[in-house]
Amino acid sequence: MSLGTKKFVITRFDPDRDTEPRTEEYEIPVQSDWKVLDAINFIKDEIDGSLSYRWSCRMAVCGSCGMMVNGEPKLTCKTALSSYGDSLTIEPLANFPTIRDLVVEMDGFMDKFQKVKPWIIQAKERAVEEGPQHQSPEDLQAFKQFSMCINCMLCYSACPVVATDPEFLGPAAIALGHRYNMDSRDEGADERNAVFRGEGTIFSCSYANECSEVCPKNVDPAGAVNQAKFNAVVDWASSFVVKREKE
Amino acid sequence: MTDVCRHDVIIVGGGAAGLRAAIAAVEADPEISVALVSKVYPMRSHTVSAEGGAAAVARDEDSLEMHGYDTVKGSDFLGDQNVIEYFVEEAPKELTRLEHWGCPWSRNEDGSVATRAFGGMTTKRTWYATDKVGFHMLHTLFQHSMRFDRIVRYDEHFVTRLLVDDGNVRGVSALDIRSGEVRAILGRSVILATGGAGKIFPFTTNGMIKTGDGMALAAAAGVPLKDMEFVQYHPTGLPGTGILITEASRGEGGLLKNSEGDRFLVTYDYGVGKKAELGPRDMISRAVVQEIEAGRGISGPYGEFVHLDLTHIGREKLEARLPFVLELARTYAGVDPLTEPIPIRPVVHYMMGGVDTDIDGATSLPGLYAAGETACASLNGANRLGSNSLTECLVFGARAAQHAVLYSRGSSEGNESALLAQAEAEAARVSALRRHKKGSEKISTIRRELNTTMEEGCGVYREQASMLATVQTVASLQDRASDLRVSDDSMVFNTEVIAALEMKNMVDVAQAVSVSAAARLESRGAHTCRDFSSRDDENFMHHTLCYLEAGGPRLDKKSVHLGHWEPEERKY
Repeated sequence: MSLGTKKFVITRFDPDRDTEPRTEEYEIPVQSDWKVLDAINFIKDEIDGSLSYRWSCRMAVCGSCGMMVNGEPKLTCKTALSSYGDSLTIEPLANFPTIRDLVVEMDGFMDKFQKVKPWIIQAKERAVEEGPQHQSPEDLQAFKQFSMCINCMLCYSACPVVATDPEFLGPAAIALGHRYNMDSRDEGADERNAVFRGEGTIFSCSYANECSEVCPKNVDPAGAVNQAKFNAVVDWASSFVVKREKE
Repeated sequence: MTDVCRHDVIIVGGGAAGLRAAIAAVEADPEISVALVSKVYPMRSHTVSAEGGAAAVARDEDSLEMHGYDTVKGSDFLGDQNVIEYFVEEAPKELTRLEHWGCPWSRNEDGSVATRAFGGMTTKRTWYATDKVGFHMLHTLFQHSMRFDRIVRYDEHFVTRLLVDDGNVRGVSALDIRSGEVRAILGRSVILATGGAGKIFPFTTNGMIKTGDGMALAAAAGVPLKDMEFVQYHPTGLPGTGILITEASRGEGGLLKNSEGDRFLVTYDYGVGKKAELGPRDMISRAVVQEIEAGRGISGPYGEFVHLDLTHIGREKLEARLPFVLELARTYAGVDPLTEPIPIRPVVHYMMGGVDTDIDGATSLPGLYAAGETACASLNGANRLGSNSLTECLVFGARAAQHAVLYSRGSSEGNESALLAQAEAEAARVSALRRHKKGSEKISTIRRELNTTMEEGCGVYREQASMLATVQTVASLQDRASDLRVSDDSMVFNTEVIAALEMKNMVDVAQAVSVSAAARLESRGAHTCRDFSSRDDENFMHHTLCYLEAGGPRLDKKSVHLGHWEPEERKY
């Protein structure tokens, strides 16, 4: 069903030509069941082939198509067009350098991921012949939510700390590290905590909770950061207890 | 000058097969350097969209023999039986490895790995992590791969050509999408793991990136594509978008119903017998089409559909087992599966065919290997069983890598200047494309026409006349696709140039699909011909090989590896 036309004010930036970002306007016919991404694809296919952005799965799981829609970070393949008025502004995700148009640079984000050692660490690696480990549904539940992150980076765009301190480890990376810390199969918390508890890490979080509010997959990174802080405090407190016992 | 990078094993594609291959390669040899080249960041790979599960024998009441038999029967006896036997044996080991690497497999109360029922499988052997199995497997593999310094990633690099010298593949030319430069990535062996080609069809579960790149690269280097006529239609896609609603919905008890509210798989004889909703995909897709043709479909803005009813399963189980299905149906179909049936229709999902490989993933071009959906090791024959493909990516990704490592040890680096000359030629080709503002054909028009003709000629039901018409149309589209208009002349993140390169790959793959289909005058598995409605073992118990040559496509045959299970009529 047609929803008439809407105007899209889209940020354009080509470092080959532009010294700073500019905007371009496109007025196009839209359908009532379209997501924001459908409109952008229409513009690319039918009006302006030079518009650059990332997308793939169009079912809210590959995490490619995050953009600012009317100033808010959104996964555009999951964002219904019908909830907007006659005009929308589309910009690249905030708090990232722009490569071109709506494409942001991800190098820093990927480095932060690598930093938290997002893999199972065990003192002794298991052989396949030992078979799968047991893990109770409750133990699975302890980290499952934090394993649902699709790396769409919306939380970095929403985070007030990332905005002022680009080096801040940030919501998704902390949630990922915490996911492995909470996995009953993992023995690497000490290594990860050494990263977590340094400068620009969990204690930099101001607990604005905006990361969890924009998360399209209900991962609750703010909850992960809070749990990680709590664990750090408990470890710190228990270090005194252990010392006293030794004395 | 072209930028030159040197490694030992070069892997093209960063999904489940590519990542598994990368890990297997560095584990096989502590010295080896691996290049992982992908046109996206690995976690964007389409493995991410797989939902229902991965098959491997896990329970005492199951056996490798049963998994093997189910698979060969599902393949309509076109699967290679040595490949199937190897696959079912390795499958539990591979899924166990993923467990050790942190995959959040769903669990039974006692903490053991849970399994669910799937189409064509006689017992529960599909491991799952709710209904986001591809997502969890991909992220587990990608995160585990980050441990290894010797896996060097080339993210957002589009491979334009295999570099071949003296009859051996020795590298790839890759367009760095961010800078616009073409790099020569040289090595001693190459593994293709780029996934499928669903985007040659209009209505597909596949993401935008599934343009058959690896198949086209291999074909351009003279390697045959095998069994390309076998295109899997998944019975349950959302009308309009084609978004997949997993077979696990039926594994967990979902029912298919027509406009009369009738379970048509039970009422009418569609060959699935008592399996009903848990029949194999090819049969159920045909049943849905026949229901619609018989006037028992339901009309909607995107054509006729039938219903997938989950309402009787109950909130608790649906939220625990199928949370993604709930999210997808609510977001993309506007229905709540707790209270309403989901509209569904058959949708292109998977290519059984691909780059012809042997059981080691080796192709006819020395040094070139392939694994996963882009390959055809002949595990799946004429119809793949749901949940075998994720496991296939692991089993054959690992095996291809082990053999690529062995090959690399005995192989030289080749003539560098000859390889660089090829890369320079690719740089010139890309550069010309970037300045092709006057091209006469619009990319989106060619894509639409290609999609239309593929659906007309190579749909669920096929007819010889329409298949031949599609062969003709695709040939003309191939000509037209050599003159695509590219309005974007920027070096930086030029996605229009990528789209043009992908379009060339898509028409090549479409040619192999249509030509192979038109030559198979029988009905077997997913290839259902109205003019030749039964299976013809006497004349067609063979694989199709399709070579894409300068003078046009050429077909050949390859024998099926039998020996363990005697071909029989496929009835459930």
